[in-house]
Amino acid sequence: MKPFTYARAADTPEAVREASGPSHDFIAGGTNLLDLMKLEVMAPDKLVDINRLDLKQISETEDGGLRIGALVTNSDCAADDRIRRDYPVLSRAILAGASGQLRNKATTGGNLCQRTRCYYFYDTAMPCNKREPGSGCQAIGGATRLHAIFGASDQCIATYPGDMAVAMSALDASVEIEGKDGASRTVPVRDFHRLPGDRPDKDNVLEDGELITAVTLPAPTGGRQSYRKVRDRASYAFALVSVAADIGMEDGKISHAALAFGGVAHKPWHKPELDALLTGKEPSDALFAEAADLLLAEAQGQGGNNFKILLLRRTLRAVLREATQMGETA
Amino acid sequence: MTRHLVMDEPATKRVLDELPQSLTGKPMDRPDGPEKVTGTATYAHEWNLPGTVHGVLVRATVPKGKVTAIDKDAVMKLPGVLGVFNDERFLRNPAQGTANEAPIQGPDEIAYLGQPIALVVAETFEQARHGAHRLQMRYDVAADGVFDPEATNVPHERPEDDQLDQGDLDAAMKQAVSVVDQVYRTPGHNSAAMEPHCSIASWEGDKLTLRGSYQMLNYNINELADSLKIDAEDIRMLSPFVGGGFGSKLGISAEAVAAAIASRELGKPVVVALSRQQVFETVMRRSESRQHIRLAADADGKLIGLGHDSLVSNLPGEDFYEPVMQATHFIYTGENRRMNMEVARVNRICAGSVRAPGEAIGMVALENAMDELADISGIDPVELRKRNIPEMHPETGQGYSSRPFAEALDEGARRFGWDKRNAKPAQTRDGEWWIGMGMASAARVNMLKEAKARVTLNADGTATVETDMSDPGTGTYAILTQIAADMLGLPGDKVETVLGDSDLPKGSGSGGSFGASSSGSAVFLACQDIRTQLAQKMGMDEDDLKLDGGKAGDMALADALAGDAIVGNGHIEPGETSKDKRQATYGSYFAEVGVNAVTGETRVRRLTAVFGAGRILNEKTATSQCYGGCIWGIGMALHEELLFDTRDGHLVNHDLAEYHVPVNLDVPQIDVHLLEERDDWASPIQAKGIGELGLCGAAAAVTNAIYNATGVRVREYPVTLDKLLDQLPE
Repeated sequence: MKPFTYARAADTPEAVREASGPSHDFIAGGTNLLDLMKLEVMAPDKLVDINRLDLKQISETEDGGLRIGALVTNSDCAADDRIRRDYPVLSRAILAGASGQLRNKATTGGNLCQRTRCYYFYDTAMPCNKREPGSGCQAIGGATRLHAIFGASDQCIATYPGDMAVAMSALDASVEIEGKDGASRTVPVRDFHRLPGDRPDKDNVLEDGELITAVTLPAPTGGRQSYRKVRDRASYAFALVSVAADIGMEDGKISHAALAFGGVAHKPWHKPELDALLTGKEPSDALFAEAADLLLAEAQGQGGNNFKILLLRRTLRAVLREATQMGETA
Repeated sequence: MTRHLVMDEPATKRVLDELPQSLTGKPMDRPDGPEKVTGTATYAHEWNLPGTVHGVLVRATVPKGKVTAIDKDAVMKLPGVLGVFNDERFLRNPAQGTANEAPIQGPDEIAYLGQPIALVVAETFEQARHGAHRLQMRYDVAADGVFDPEATNVPHERPEDDQLDQGDLDAAMKQAVSVVDQVYRTPGHNSAAMEPHCSIASWEGDKLTLRGSYQMLNYNINELADSLKIDAEDIRMLSPFVGGGFGSKLGISAEAVAAAIASRELGKPVVVALSRQQVFETVMRRSESRQHIRLAADADGKLIGLGHDSLVSNLPGEDFYEPVMQATHFIYTGENRRMNMEVARVNRICAGSVRAPGEAIGMVALENAMDELADISGIDPVELRKRNIPEMHPETGQGYSSRPFAEALDEGARRFGWDKRNAKPAQTRDGEWWIGMGMASAARVNMLKEAKARVTLNADGTATVETDMSDPGTGTYAILTQIAADMLGLPGDKVETVLGDSDLPKGSGSGGSFGASSSGSAVFLACQDIRTQLAQKMGMDEDDLKLDGGKAGDMALADALAGDAIVGNGHIEPGETSKDKRQATYGSYFAEVGVNAVTGETRVRRLTAVFGAGRILNEKTATSQCYGGCIWGIGMALHEELLFDTRDGHLVNHDLAEYHVPVNLDVPQIDVHLLEERDDWASPIQAKGIGELGLCGAAAAVTNAIYNATGVRVREYPVTLDKLLDQLPE
């Protein structure tokens, strides 16, 4: 671990001020950052501890939604009565990830910033454009079981590994961000993470010194929500693919559809055309096949992850059948 | 005095069964349990010697070549850094189990990516780790590294003593009514012991003390001495607690030698612990295998031919290869046999002993093939195996020692409810899950090794057992205590067992499942020695000596001893009985799995296992060993795989996040049943090894159940969902 300086911030403006500058990072739960620092995959000069900031509440918003403070732990968020009642997809997604110990430390804001699990990113002996821009991507042509089928570039094929943000994407949540001089902005979760393009070192849209302060959920849609995570062992494994769904039904037709996918891209994958295709239609296997065709039209395997294309098709169908109460999948 | 026994005759007098007390076999709690659960058991990293400084190993980041320059100066300027070492005595890879001499040495010649080539020592662990990250090296990279054992440009060798061609297998295959002719592949595995490897070296003058985490001090001390070019008499190794080994701590490894060299130079104790990534990259892997199995059966399902050829790999210059066909030689009948071993020389991490080398993967492929034969011939899998139990060893003509194989098959089937299985695949559903049942046999060779022990009957009537033997979580402390307690007629808490100190009599070490029966026999003999001396002292015939409840006859032991302790020494050596009979342990596994009809995810729902391993010395610790084996089997069947990049041979998934061992949710209730058995040919205590038996075929029960659930036969381990997905029944 490279020696670093440490500052503890008392409030958000101070945190932002302290963290301004290259190679400065915030630390909250540290569940990902500390691992990466031990390996010197990340080697910040300075850490700004934000754990004393007043961002630990879940409160109701004026438009009937919830505002989750950035320092609300994953455990607290998943266990919150309102989240469990109105946003079960979020609670389930969080509980599908990591372990109890990690969820007790991991925070809402920190989890959004979780970095990829690409094997080559984690191994400093390997070239990696995300870790060391310009050094190359050794994952391409290598072991690609974990890697993206959507939106990859010739610079990077890594995936965003988390679960929580996938549910937030389906729920169309927003990220509140505070920057220098009190400037604040709100970014839809769906736009928060980036595709790698030619800047795979940038996971998301946060600029220098910017701090996530909250995630807001819009009013619940009243739809049926589910989170299905497919993985190599029963627990404590990252998603090979995951599907978050919020599906409303009215008079035998789909009245609301919002789907997001994990383990398949550099960001929680959301395709507005897919939601639009399903909305207003009567559920049927033919419709779901059409939906899968639309979703997977641009899927591109890397060799070791080709199976994700079929896996995602099958999982999507099962989730849609369940959400529309067509019964279990044969 | 010493009671010395060379095992040339079967031990038909079952002494342990004739004693007034029979603590041996009972599920006695581990005497070391309270220390372990309260954190007071001292593991290698926990000695906290005053003035200790920290070393971190640095690896090669290229797969083959030479180190041409190391920029030590830059790292020496970092805060706290005390030294950067790359001594010519550094180890290329750990010593193989029982090597008793140094492995290949020299850090400048790189044979694989991950090879330790330098050690950075600093005041604190964090400083040393940072220095290790910063250390820049220049290489002369060789272009001729080879990384894929199955590639045509890779040199293959055929070890002479592992080639068998008996009768005419090709003719048998033509003549047979049912045949199986398939290739199975298993990937590499890591031992993944909970405690990473660690050594603390400290010197007083020319005397080295090494506190480490090692399974076999009796060999390790010579390996360390040879590596350092010093006398073994000048070394003391301490290893009282070992947090799991599974073969990965059989031979001296890089951290011990590096710590000793640095400590000598710096004049301070040096501790070197491996990170989890280093455990994966520098400690022994289990070789991957390609196994070609041919079975030729007559109309009754009886084998007339059996072929098992294997390709495994290792680094150049290593004698060890995974003995894949070890149990295939004796478990089933069939007069026409061919078994050929091939070893590919690749620039990958060194291959060595990992839990049950040989049978762990060889039995799995064989038991998959037997399941295929059962399916083709329409004979129940349990019945098929029973029909193929040979009367005599089909190659050597030896008889077998105690062999409750058929009993294990029948008892397992009964406990599991095998009669409820539908032999036709893909017939049973539970909601979204395909349900299937599968079974497999277990077999593992039995070995007795030379071992010594000292037992002292103290003047106060308590006893002390001493040997350099290790307890890597297996229960050595418990079983040696139990044997001595019974032999001396003492309650368990009046016996203290001291282990893991190289100054004590040389035990067998823990490995190959031989630790319990070998060291247990040495303790047994030492107690016999005491009994003889005590009888003499009391002026009575040894046969009349009755030791029970802390008394000799009616006299309290302390009174009988009259102020003198009696020291007994025991020494066991293997002899003719290991040649006269094929000695092995046997068992059966029965598994029920669910395979998700949508995703292909497999979850094991039930597992029943029955084992016979001679006298069970402690039902609790033996059962725990078998649980562990079954869990290894689940991991092998579904998850575990060392993933190598074939472009440079580097291990891609070198941590526990991506090398998947089963977690609690992957492991169902496991029913382990141990058969009542005595094997007079195996040891004077009628015990055989049990530690590794639990996984010698276990994975096959799971994968055979996957076939029964889905009708999909996957012959490439592990059976991850991608290998099922496009073949799942609609």
